[in-house]
Amino acid sequence: MIWNDDFETLPREALESLQLKRLQQTLERVYATVPFYRETYKKIGISPADIKSLDDLQRLPFTLKQDMRDSYPYGLFAVPLEQIVRIHASSGTTGKPTVVGYTRRDIETWTELMARSFVAAGTHQGDVIHNAYGYGLFTGGLGAHYGAERVGASVIPMSGGNTKKQLMIMQDFGSTVLTCTPSYSLFLAEVAAEEGIDIKSLKLKVGILGAEPWSEKMRQEIEAKLNIKAVDIYGLSEILGPGVGIECIEAQNGLHIWEDHFIPEIIDPETEEVLPVGEKGELVITTITKEGIPLIRYRTRDITRLIKEPCICGRTHARIERLSGRSDDMLIIRGVNVFPSQIESVLFNVEGVEPHYQLIVEREGTLDTLEVQVEVNEQSFSDEIKELQHLANKIRKEIKDLLGVTCKVRLVEPKSITRSEGKAQRVIDNRQKES
Amino acid sequence: MKVEQISIFIENKSGRLAEVTGILGEAGINIRALSLADTSDFGILRLIIKDPEKALQVLREHNFTVSKTDVIGVEVPDKPGGLSSILKILDKNNVNVEYMYAFVERSGDNAVIIFRFDNIDEAISALTRNGVKILKGEQITSI
Repeated sequence: MIWNDDFETLPREALESLQLKRLQQTLERVYATVPFYRETYKKIGISPADIKSLDDLQRLPFTLKQDMRDSYPYGLFAVPLEQIVRIHASSGTTGKPTVVGYTRRDIETWTELMARSFVAAGTHQGDVIHNAYGYGLFTGGLGAHYGAERVGASVIPMSGGNTKKQLMIMQDFGSTVLTCTPSYSLFLAEVAAEEGIDIKSLKLKVGILGAEPWSEKMRQEIEAKLNIKAVDIYGLSEILGPGVGIECIEAQNGLHIWEDHFIPEIIDPETEEVLPVGEKGELVITTITKEGIPLIRYRTRDITRLIKEPCICGRTHARIERLSGRSDDMLIIRGVNVFPSQIESVLFNVEGVEPHYQLIVEREGTLDTLEVQVEVNEQSFSDEIKELQHLANKIRKEIKDLLGVTCKVRLVEPKSITRSEGKAQRVIDNRQKES
Repeated sequence: MKVEQISIFIENKSGRLAEVTGILGEAGINIRALSLADTSDFGILRLIIKDPEKALQVLREHNFTVSKTDVIGVEVPDKPGGLSSILKILDKNNVNVEYMYAFVERSGDNAVIIFRFDNIDEAISALTRNGVKILKGEQITSI
């Protein structure tokens, strides 16, 4: 099913000419109203009129998260505050949060794109959407909420936390669609099992999961444990919130980016050069319809690649591959680049191992050490030491073979790794941060 | 012939052993024999108790990883060379001992040793053929 046939299946040529027109309008607007862009562009001697094709976009400098912090809270807003009807902020793990403002039309756009996303994920009127994304400054809860209402589904505004109550409501209210982080969906399954609830027999049929990187293996695990189809949703508050991209349920292979509102590019995070289509690198997004806080070439830090081949669902919008990590989550262990998601896929390939893990990075003298903590469950447990050591060795060897990094594998007791009701904390980096 | 032993995975950190024994104690479960195998990171606590099912249940409720393993309890003459004579029988029959540990109490004049074999059925038949007494589950837990 497609929510907005006119735009979602627009032929590429028409889509690209629409993008160019909207890009040019956005550039004119930010040049006129946001000092940050005007000054930056003047400094390098470029004006909006110089951008005559989509390729010209590459001539413009990037916008960084730091630029948003520097202009805290409203400095990058392109409209006066009286036109802003909603303010969200991203959790600032370091220092101040980044603040975004939405005009009435931005909220309308967001609602439309979330409605498209819900429908692409197989949701429709009559569904009961169990929305376990957090409501509040975080964009997840409200973003999903508005889109779900637009589709005509019944929304349960659960927000995060209180897992036992979530399960009770899921059973009693007959939730058919679950929206939360992938790790939380597994946590729900785990608590359900403890409570003696057969989560597979509930009415749930789809999970729309996002806000953290996850692997294909984890999808299989979630689909099997909850007896649902799990689709990946992408978004970030700086750009919009959830609903920047979604996997269609037909293919479950790559997330369609709504290109009539965003222009995606993939760059090499080191050289900052745009990479050829299909190569893996950092996703950069330009918003081309946003009014409150348009962003030009925003560096998302998310690692993926662009897929331009047509999709079986009929949508013409390009896809991004599921995220394989963040360029700022990337760990450098003794010179080797390691993404937590790579470790996760190794663990999933070892039989009997739970997807609950944590990476501990330490520096001993001048040497970085990586410890991978993996929970032992009854499937992987043996009462013979040598079998358990064999398991730990096997994991270590697989990681070494695949990632080229030597690590220590520590088997830990079940449930000893802290469960998260939001984004899972996979990495504890105890190395002295360089200032 | 076979005795059910329960095994518990415990991380090598202070207080874990006390916690396991505390849970069992509260549930009124008396430990008949135990052995602890350990590495620098983790250990495996193996226990012989009267009611293994109940122990499994309470330990699972406390989020421990547990399993059940079949072992056998063998009467060993409590004199020099007693254990050796039994191990020789096993060796002759190509049965490999994975681990073993002793009971504190005696069965009559004999010591009791718990064995875990790679091939338990072969071990039982070899020992029986050679006149070694293997204790039944009830006999073991009522020592």
